[in-house]
Amino acid sequence: MEKDVMTVSIPASLYKKIEETIKGTGDASVSDYIAKALREKLAQEEKKGDSFSQEDEEKVKERLKALGYID
Amino acid sequence: MISPHGGKLVDRVLNEECRQDILAAARALPKLTINDESVSDVENVATGVFSPLEGFMGRADYRNVLNEMRLRTDLPWTIPIVLDASPEEAARLKEGKDVLLENESGRPVAVLHLQEKFEYSKDELAEKVFLTMDKAHPGVAKVAGMKKILLAGPLDLLEVSPTPFDRYKLSPKETRILFKEKGWKTIVAFQTRNTPHIGHEYVQKTALTFTDGIFVNPVIGRKKKGDFKDEVILASYDELIKHYYLKERAVMAILQMEMRYAGPREAIHHAIVRKNFGCTHIIIGRDHAGVGTYYHPYAAQDIFEEFPDLGIAPLFFRAFYFCKKCQSVVNEKICPHPNSEQIQFSGTKIRDLLVKGEVPPAELMRPEVAKVIMQFESPFNE
Repeated sequence: MEKDVMTVSIPASLYKKIEETIKGTGDASVSDYIAKALREKLAQEEKKGDSFSQEDEEKVKERLKALGYID
Repeated sequence: MISPHGGKLVDRVLNEECRQDILAAARALPKLTINDESVSDVENVATGVFSPLEGFMGRADYRNVLNEMRLRTDLPWTIPIVLDASPEEAARLKEGKDVLLENESGRPVAVLHLQEKFEYSKDELAEKVFLTMDKAHPGVAKVAGMKKILLAGPLDLLEVSPTPFDRYKLSPKETRILFKEKGWKTIVAFQTRNTPHIGHEYVQKTALTFTDGIFVNPVIGRKKKGDFKDEVILASYDELIKHYYLKERAVMAILQMEMRYAGPREAIHHAIVRKNFGCTHIIIGRDHAGVGTYYHPYAAQDIFEEFPDLGIAPLFFRAFYFCKKCQSVVNEKICPHPNSEQIQFSGTKIRDLLVKGEVPPAELMRPEVAKVIMQFESPFNE
């Protein structure tokens, strides 16, 4: 199956540097290397945390107490 | 607290009012009977275990997962979550309409908002997910028995099914609130489908040394013949935790999910699921989610290299054994002694002893745990 991909531009010097870096590594191509690096970067920027309503939390805590998970 | 996969915890469990409305209208809806594994998938979608999925995958996500191990949004996802139907069943269901999903006893489970019906290749599904087409592989055998059409669309759960293990059943919302209540910031997940031996305990405690708490999460559901029964696994872990863990550092809850035995792909799936439960780390041991010799023993660890954006950190462990010379649990990286000094944590060996009514040596299994297992007349799946 054809991959659904887009083209972006990077400086030729950076491209060559990546090409050198990935020689003998598991990264098959410069594109793979860049995709991996960008995914890592985006994951670091992912918003942390979640919030539940006070009512939800209280209800859950009651169940957790009843089951013996919290005192 | 770590973000759920995709940023939002899915909650598609209908409240009581909506549930009554749906049930009242249910007579007019076309019905589809689904098996226990699909019921588990439905519940895992609706309660957020499979966040960000809102239902069964459509063709585009299905193909992307098979080929790229990612959803269309580029989010890591390695196991297709699909609902199969026969051509006859599919023919009477219309895209754009609701379908009432019932379990095998005829109890209404959920409403599927059917968006798409599509054909698929069983061979391709088996080969890409299980990396084999050998029908002796339990996952491949299951695929071979699947019906020809896949149904896709978001769903709404009417209510969570009762199980004999309800007191151990927590949703991701509940575990997240539990971890917060306990003040844990780093939580390591331990996936299991076995009773604990000393090697498991050692791995768990090593991981726990570097985290705030451990989440022991046995998989309950269809397993192979010869696997320990669910109730035996739970009773044995209860005993282990009671005698050998700090209450404020260990939590056990079940995960009702089919074991697919997809090795590396399933290891990623297990990590995503535990991230949704609020875990920051997951233990990945030797041949995680493997079966027989289908996967390289460390393939399930190597695959994590491909997912720098997973959002949960794997903790890799080698195989542990007891060294008579070291007089402790060790692995090949830390023990210089020859094989003759090693006592392996062989599941088969422990099982054979238990079947014969013999208590395994204390180097292999805690006597309290062995005693609990031996109290069951038939502790294994037949």
